[in-house]
Amino acid sequence: MSAAISQVQTVDWHSPAIEARRKSRYAAEARLKAYGLIAIVFALGFLAILIGSLIYSGHKAFVQTVASVEIDLSAAGVDKAKIADANWKGIVKQALLDLGDAKSLPKREQKKYLDIFTDSAAYLVRDAVIADPSRLEGKSTFVIPLSDPFDQLAKGEVSRQTPEAQRRVSDKDIAAFDALVAKGVIAKPFNWGLLFNADSRFPELAGLAGAISGSFWSIVVCFAISFPVGIAAAIYLEEFAPKNRWTDLIEININNLAAVPSVVFGLLGLAVFLGWFGLPRSAPLVGGLVLALMTLPTLIIVTRVSLKAVPGSIREAALGIGASKHEAIFHHILPLAMPTVMTGTIISLARALGETAPLLLIGMNAFMTSAAHGIFDASTALPTQIYIWSDSPERGFVARTSAAILVLLAFLVLMNGIAIFLRQRFERRW
Amino acid sequence: MKALHLTAAALIASAAFAGAAHARDQIKIVGSSTVFPYMQAAAEEFANKSGKPAPVVESTGTGGGFKVFCGGIGPDFPDISNASRAIKDSEVKLCADNGVVDITEAKIGYDGLTIAMDQQAGDLNLTKEQLYKALAAELPDGKGGFVANPNKNWSDIDPSLPNIAITVFGPPPTSGTRDAFVELVMDAGCLKQAGMEELKKSDEKKFKEVCSRMRQDGPFVEAGENDNLIVQRLEADKNAVGIFGYSFLYENSDKLKAAKIEGVDPTEETIADGSYPVARPLFFYVKNAHRDVIPGLKDFLKEATSEEAMGDEGYMVERGLTPLAQDLRDATRKAVEEATKLAAK
Repeated sequence: MSAAISQVQTVDWHSPAIEARRKSRYAAEARLKAYGLIAIVFALGFLAILIGSLIYSGHKAFVQTVASVEIDLSAAGVDKAKIADANWKGIVKQALLDLGDAKSLPKREQKKYLDIFTDSAAYLVRDAVIADPSRLEGKSTFVIPLSDPFDQLAKGEVSRQTPEAQRRVSDKDIAAFDALVAKGVIAKPFNWGLLFNADSRFPELAGLAGAISGSFWSIVVCFAISFPVGIAAAIYLEEFAPKNRWTDLIEININNLAAVPSVVFGLLGLAVFLGWFGLPRSAPLVGGLVLALMTLPTLIIVTRVSLKAVPGSIREAALGIGASKHEAIFHHILPLAMPTVMTGTIISLARALGETAPLLLIGMNAFMTSAAHGIFDASTALPTQIYIWSDSPERGFVARTSAAILVLLAFLVLMNGIAIFLRQRFERRW
Repeated sequence: MKALHLTAAALIASAAFAGAAHARDQIKIVGSSTVFPYMQAAAEEFANKSGKPAPVVESTGTGGGFKVFCGGIGPDFPDISNASRAIKDSEVKLCADNGVVDITEAKIGYDGLTIAMDQQAGDLNLTKEQLYKALAAELPDGKGGFVANPNKNWSDIDPSLPNIAITVFGPPPTSGTRDAFVELVMDAGCLKQAGMEELKKSDEKKFKEVCSRMRQDGPFVEAGENDNLIVQRLEADKNAVGIFGYSFLYENSDKLKAAKIEGVDPTEETIADGSYPVARPLFFYVKNAHRDVIPGLKDFLKEATSEEAMGDEGYMVERGLTPLAQDLRDATRKAVEEATKLAAK
């Protein structure tokens, strides 16, 4: 007995060696945890720097310095039948000169003074009156954005301390501007134009409407093509295709295509859609087609995985009570897989929304001052608009570029939010 | 296979659909990124004034623009191509091969190439020869051969220049700005080297090759087509200089200052009167076969060449273009009005 017991090795769990070992094991665990935490802090830190710098440089573009000017149009003698043909330049010029009591100045200084306001002031007033002809009766107030140098001045981007020779606005300009401020006609309201104006060469008028509509139409085309095609391909491969070398080959190819850089799809679009088919350059139709090609492989893979995730018992039960394969798929399997498919689709579309390279190649980085009304109109997209603005010399576009990135990020967050919502609301687990 | 069929069917259907619906009512403009802001202005002004669809202006670079422009005649091809240099013979030929034989050239103004640095940096006064010596890949060794460019600091070239490392941000080869810089500065500086005159006479191709190669060992950095990025880099590195068009210097005059070239500061006056030595003319080219087909094209041409656009106080000039002299402006206007065919070179 005692001999047998002595053969069992007894471990003293409190011996210094064991204590030390336990300590080092705990330490290793703590270290692993710390590494993970550091990695997350690191990643979040970068995200915070990115968003922080965008907000820092872009937040000023969300407000726009404007002047409100009251114009008495009843005295201007505008022909109601031909509003567009009136001498708007003259009318607006007089009104603006009155605003700053600048009528007595010599011609040259008048011109300098008028530079405070956007160059397109006359067109803005004209369009506002065409939209609402009742403004021709009596006085009405128009809101005129200030031109970029003065917008920058009002926002404190131009330091008044820099020597006069080194800034775009002279001391005299600043005095004229300050006089307007003292009169209380200058305000800095939220810059709705950023969302609802089309592009312009003047930063104070440039907006994202063209880019948003172009992105919208591209995504519509992309969805209309990649969603049905992706689902059809996935259903065939998952439910009908025999397992042989050909289907293996197709599968490998689809997986490879999912990893192809997007610029390659852009070149393909340039050669095939523009070259062979002669589709219009810069059109959201072509953008959508290219983006569809890009998202298809991912979509097929996601759909296949979600079809596979539906338990085999459901398929067998349906077939067992006499349903055809078609009925089993469309009545049972696909509806159950749909939440995951929708989530995958939205995430793919979000990726397509942020894609720049293929759109640059098919000319969706053109300048135009009107928004697209359909898939054939030339247009830009959000990421290409960011690209164009980042390359514009005017100072106001620096802030606008960051603001446009924030708008794009907001759309991406919204789409991903919808995807998460769908997943949590409808996804079923087995 | 089903997927393939579906894809093919979708593609063919959409192509047919597009073909039917696609007759163009917008003017299409491609070409140089330097001329882009000026044509942008003309396009916006035109759309605002006439209420017609806004022309589509795309910045493709001068060479890229001619490639598309010369692709053929018809609504699929652009009507106007902007250029920061005159059209090359090879491009005229490419156009002719595709049936584009009737083109009008319109000179709209000048652009000064500026060498600029941060406001806080020291002043620089450079000659073309010094720039060549700073930026060429190989320099002639005086014995008919070439050696890799040994100059690391500006003072290596000339003791009167500051003793700081050469760092120059410039445009990539696809850019018209680069073409102009090579032609106006590099070739000119190269020509002043011993033996190069003879080389140019005996073997022009070789001359072009050695003179226009920019160094790739660090001091010259190709900064992409995005000039705003160059401005940011110059702010970060006070010892660096950048090469870009005058409009960027003009817009960023509170951040940047220009180096004198051959003792001359780039200003609107010196560029216009030709005393600033690194200026180039800017053009656009019109496809005359499109004049009666594309709605609004004639009116747009009138707008783009009007006094209000390219005159002394025109809106293009407000964006940094250096205007032509009055008689040259009239000549351009006349050529565009009468659709004067580009003279064969």
